[in-house]
Amino acid sequence: MAGRGRGRTQFTFNVDSLGFGRGEALPASALVPSPLFPPLQFRPVPLPTGEEVDYMLALKQELRASSKILPSHIRPGRVKIDVDRYSDKYQSGEPKHSAVEWNPDWSRLPRELCIMGPKTRKAKARPPLKHKVKTTTAKELVQKLETLEKNEKNQSEGEEDEEKKKTGEEEEESGEGEDYDEEEFEEETDYIMSYFDNGEDFGGDSDDNMDEATY
Amino acid sequence: MTAQEVRLCALLLQEHFGEVVEKVGTHLLRSGALNLRALAHETRTSLDLVKKSLCVLVQHGMCTFGPGRRGPAGPLEYRVSCERILYMLRYPRYIYTAKSLYGDTGELVMEEILQRGQMTMSNTVRTVADRLTQNMEDGQSTDYNDVVTAFSRLVETHFLQRCPPVDTATSKKTVSEVPESPASTITQPSQPENYPDCYKLPQIHLTGRGKRRRSDEDGDVGARVAKKAKLEHTEACGDEGIYWQVNVERFHLHFRHQAIISAVASKLDQTSSEIVRTMLRMSEVTTPANAAYTQAVSANEIFRAVPPSYNISRPILDQYLTLLVDDPMEFVGKAGDSGGGMYVVNLHRALANLARATLESVVQERFGSRSARIFRLLLRKRHLEQKQVEDFAMIPAKEAKDMLYTLLSENLVQLQEIPKTPDHAPSRTFYLYTVNQLPTARLLLQNCYKAVGNLIDRRLFETKENKRHLEKSQRIEAILGSLQASGAEPAQLAEVEEMITAPERQQLEALRHHINKLDSSENQVDETIFLLESYIKSTSCSR
Repeated sequence: MAGRGRGRTQFTFNVDSLGFGRGEALPASALVPSPLFPPLQFRPVPLPTGEEVDYMLALKQELRASSKILPSHIRPGRVKIDVDRYSDKYQSGEPKHSAVEWNPDWSRLPRELCIMGPKTRKAKARPPLKHKVKTTTAKELVQKLETLEKNEKNQSEGEEDEEKKKTGEEEEESGEGEDYDEEEFEEETDYIMSYFDNGEDFGGDSDDNMDEATY
Repeated sequence: MTAQEVRLCALLLQEHFGEVVEKVGTHLLRSGALNLRALAHETRTSLDLVKKSLCVLVQHGMCTFGPGRRGPAGPLEYRVSCERILYMLRYPRYIYTAKSLYGDTGELVMEEILQRGQMTMSNTVRTVADRLTQNMEDGQSTDYNDVVTAFSRLVETHFLQRCPPVDTATSKKTVSEVPESPASTITQPSQPENYPDCYKLPQIHLTGRGKRRRSDEDGDVGARVAKKAKLEHTEACGDEGIYWQVNVERFHLHFRHQAIISAVASKLDQTSSEIVRTMLRMSEVTTPANAAYTQAVSANEIFRAVPPSYNISRPILDQYLTLLVDDPMEFVGKAGDSGGGMYVVNLHRALANLARATLESVVQERFGSRSARIFRLLLRKRHLEQKQVEDFAMIPAKEAKDMLYTLLSENLVQLQEIPKTPDHAPSRTFYLYTVNQLPTARLLLQNCYKAVGNLIDRRLFETKENKRHLEKSQRIEAILGSLQASGAEPAQLAEVEEMITAPERQQLEALRHHINKLDSSENQVDETIFLLESYIKSTSCSR
């Protein structure tokens, strides 16, 4: 081309507008990604204060706290960690119910979302089990052996059913309001619930200001 | 649905409804419409949990269902609305507005309905009366009629509306109210406004007073009491099947009007803002939603409707109106001369001005007042060359260049090339800087969503870090509470209180302070989000 090599290479645009002269080096290019928290040039304006702002803050925190208790807060089922343990049967899961039951109006929801089936199955299975426990205490001494034998067979069947149900469904509902929170009156054990503590929580907490071990 | 919106929706769902609903909801957001089996399979959650989550989402109005791609014979498809989930950020503002307009009763009614999604009138009245009674002194209780009056007033002013009847309730072949074209796949559930009885109050027979719950209850007793209460309250009240939900559009209208009125008050004076408030109030019912300007009202009517405490005489009112019309903000416009002058409030223009003020203030706070000057210049003059920017802004060339390039790198300013020759040679091309308000507003809106997401993330992180401390303090509070209830001596109380050491107390105090600040910031950012959203919606409507 005509201009090649005749003078120094000409830029095709007005160089002054770039901000540096021809002879100076180009600013070094950054080889790292931009910083995650770039330093702020100006401090942000302080938050507004006032009664309205405080009230809305309190409202927000209240809403958050109460939404955890409502039945619309769905908790995932208890995840099995490694091995089935004997204490699983007696350990209560997460807080089973919220203070208010939630029965949506099923006529406004599609039928396929209705999950009433398992609940009625459970309700039927429980009473027979309780009934058998009561009958043992009422029997006479002479026939106690036989009844105990019979009961053992029935109980083992009943327990198997329970186990199946518990493993089959991943979430637990307590629509029947049976209290498993009472430690002493758990079915068929004489021990309080902490007896079945399988030591999973031991050592998990960090040591907090514990004095040296007493000798 | 942008990535930031989806992230924010996920955080909000997790906060209010738990992880399961979050997983289900996020997946539905990302994939559009899905049927139940596909959803359960893709999220790898059990069918029962998915069903429960969908129930929760439908109950709160965030999910809709309808016949899917295969037509009425195929499985139902579910769709989640991102917008509706983001409204959860605004719940405190709705409740506070209800409180300022209708007092404590109105506030509690709004809170109950917002938390449950949909409720019948009788249920709401009972729950609110019980809650009010709980806070009163012993021996007093709230009558149901008070709550019913508050509820009716909320319905009359359209803040509450009936939930529209469901198209596909049990069977999939029911007749919907809005006739659907055969080509549509998912029918929109009939808009609440199309339903003629949308704001009609049902006749219910509900008399009584609020009941007070016993104060010494724990989880067990609570359950028994709730069960007993449930058995007592199963009597029919005459409004079965009529559910009420919050009319968010009405709240948004109210917020928009408030923004306009406060803008006028800060730009002009209190009296002008009162005049604008009167104009807005008069034309509230007659103006259709999303209209560009209100229905015209005459000066005579305004004169009659202005509150008498302001003592405005007729000629002074005329002067104020002329001032408002001449103001460059163009909040009020003159639409005719009959009746002493017909005046309208330019809603869309007012929103555009408010959005512009927001953009300008963002630039000012982030880059300084000189960059803000350049930004405002470009907004006003549309396209300017670099030399012209330096001249008009009266800023030395080097600094102006620097600021322009910073704004350009942040995408707040765009470069427009105008070639003189077909080969686009740089020496023969004009490079003009320009600012487009609508895309910049969209950009800032996404930044706001990201900011709220970051705030929530940080709050969760802070809470998790100090979880041990929080739990310990909660346990000690519980112990203190039970000791006080059983009448312990002050020495014992002091002993228990000392279980929290002073540095721990300081740490807890700092944590509380941080969390309050983060929460307050969320509320603040939500106000900006509302403004920018309204502006974007109004401009896209008018196109």
